[in-house]
Amino acid sequence: MTHALKTDNSDGLIRQKALWMRQQALKMVYDKQLGHLGGDFSAIDVLATLYFGVLRFDPERPDWADRDRFVMSKGHATGALYTALAAAGYYPEAWLDTYMEHHSKLNGHPNRQYLPGVETNTGPLGHGFPVALGIAIAGQMAGADYRTYVLTGDGEQQEGSNWEAAMTAGNRRLKNLTLIIDRNRLQQGAPTEETNGLDPLDDKYRAFGWQVVEIEGHDYGQLLETLGAPVGDRQKPLCVIANTVKGKGVSFMENQAKWHHGVPNAEQFAQAMKELI
Amino acid sequence: MAVAAATSAPLIDCRKAWAETIEALAAEDERIVVVVNDSVGSSNLGGFQEKFPQRLVNVGIAEQTMVGVGAGLANGGRIPFVSAASCFLTARAMEQLKADIAYAGFNVKLVGQSSGIAYGELGATHHSIEDFAWLRALGPITVVAPCDAWETAEAVKWAAIHEGPVYLRLSRMKVPTLDLPNRSFTPGKAELQRAGSDVTIIAAGTMVHLAVEAADMLASEDLSARVLNMHTISPLDIDAVAKAASETGAIVTVEEALDRGGLGGAVAEYTSATQPVPVERMGFPGFMPTGSIASLFEEFSLTPRGIADAARVAIRRKGA
Ligand SMILES: Cc1ncc(C[n+]2csc(CCOP(=O)(O)OP(=O)(O)O)c2C)c(N)n1
Ligand SMILES: [Mg+2]
Repeated sequence: MTHALKTDNSDGLIRQKALWMRQQALKMVYDKQLGHLGGDFSAIDVLATLYFGVLRFDPERPDWADRDRFVMSKGHATGALYTALAAAGYYPEAWLDTYMEHHSKLNGHPNRQYLPGVETNTGPLGHGFPVALGIAIAGQMAGADYRTYVLTGDGEQQEGSNWEAAMTAGNRRLKNLTLIIDRNRLQQGAPTEETNGLDPLDDKYRAFGWQVVEIEGHDYGQLLETLGAPVGDRQKPLCVIANTVKGKGVSFMENQAKWHHGVPNAEQFAQAMKELI
Repeated sequence: MAVAAATSAPLIDCRKAWAETIEALAAEDERIVVVVNDSVGSSNLGGFQEKFPQRLVNVGIAEQTMVGVGAGLANGGRIPFVSAASCFLTARAMEQLKADIAYAGFNVKLVGQSSGIAYGELGATHHSIEDFAWLRALGPITVVAPCDAWETAEAVKWAAIHEGPVYLRLSRMKVPTLDLPNRSFTPGKAELQRAGSDVTIIAAGTMVHLAVEAADMLASEDLSARVLNMHTISPLDIDAVAKAASETGAIVTVEEALDRGGLGGAVAEYTSATQPVPVERMGFPGFMPTGSIASLFEEFSLTPRGIADAARVAIRRKGA
């Protein structure tokens, strides 16, 4: 596969992949009793849309120079990233069973030296965006037509490094760069607005020289339309504020701060699996 | 967690000792405040937040600002305890530690939580094994790694009254409270855990109880190992190291940290310049592969057996 599917059927395909990713992520976290399901589930629809409707890539050639790049800045959401990369064909699905095992390539946070498809190592928040900025600048320098997408958490936006990167991208008019913010309004311990409020996030990015679009982050139609749109006449980097629900898809995990890194017991696992259909 | 206990004492998560002590100190001293980075829960500061909501500053996920704010609060007359996962407190805010704390000399208490490899499977970004080397390089910061709940509480109390920057390297790994009569915590002075004459095992933090166990194993082979709890990594207790070198002639250092630049590095620097003796440095060689705490300790021989093996090697090297 050198180009992701972009057929009329893609909405159905994305939905199907996203469901599979949620089920796998849940299994991985349940088996290991470690992980970050809340942030996995809020991001999975974004990742499924990117890998099955937007990105130009070839899993056989992870270092293909002209591939579109996706940088997972919120590196704790490995349940989302690892399942996406497995679904995209970068490595066998069976590898998911080794999640966080001794010497596993599937570390608790992604390592590009362990896994194909991982563009850079993340885990400490506020690193992915500056690296994505560098990737986009390299593309601009080379006159390449690949695009760079980076996903950060919303709490992650509190890290100053993001705003340094935002300023530089705005100043350089890096139209090949798309920042997606997983706006689930929760961070580790509490709502973002009760911790160090971000609103109005759209105005902030506009003031930094970005074009800003706010969408429903679980609506495949809106995701495809926004993330898949060609650069066209746009002369600015694009910031997509994806309004999401932390824990999306499992009723008792949705919008609950404790499911940031909560892990299900047997009963909760069974219940969650039942809801993921 | 398969971390062996030196005694039959119950295993305790030292974060509770930290939380109870800081709450008690804050009740007595208005000046004490805490600064966190979305880390109220992981720092066990829920109780503090309830009791003193006005004296907890949560800057959000912004460690550089967190440390800078600590310096500013000290400037404003407060005694700030800046508490975060030690990996982010040190690695992320390194220049703030250097310029705003060490160089500017503010009276800030840095509290590194879940240090070493406490985050296990979460990997190298979340491990804090470089911190001893980094913080040691910043001279004016006193670096203390308590070995159990009692010492954690004592170190927090001392830090609150000490005038000057301190890095408290705490752990959430469960450890036994060491059973010694008449203990007192003296910063900069090693605590003798076991007397011995063939070799000295110098350990810090979570490694101390394992070192004591190793000494017990060695004793069954008629090898007499001295065990020092070197809770203060910087400044180093050079008198204790000098005595270890001259009286036992061989040293093993053990730390839940890089095997260079930290406790072992400090001991080797000192002995090589003054009294060269064999020094076996135990710790981690670099970024850890994926693994649980127990599996990584096992892989890198940070076990009583591994420490005892290193002690035998050090003893053998004496004549060489
Ligand atoms: C530099 C840094 N500080 C702290 C953490 C600990 N941490 C991991 S996830 C998290 C909360 C992230 O919240 P958000 O960005 O909103 O992610 P999401 O809600 O999508 O999970 C925190 C504080 C970290 N990984 N990196
Ligand atoms: Mg969030």
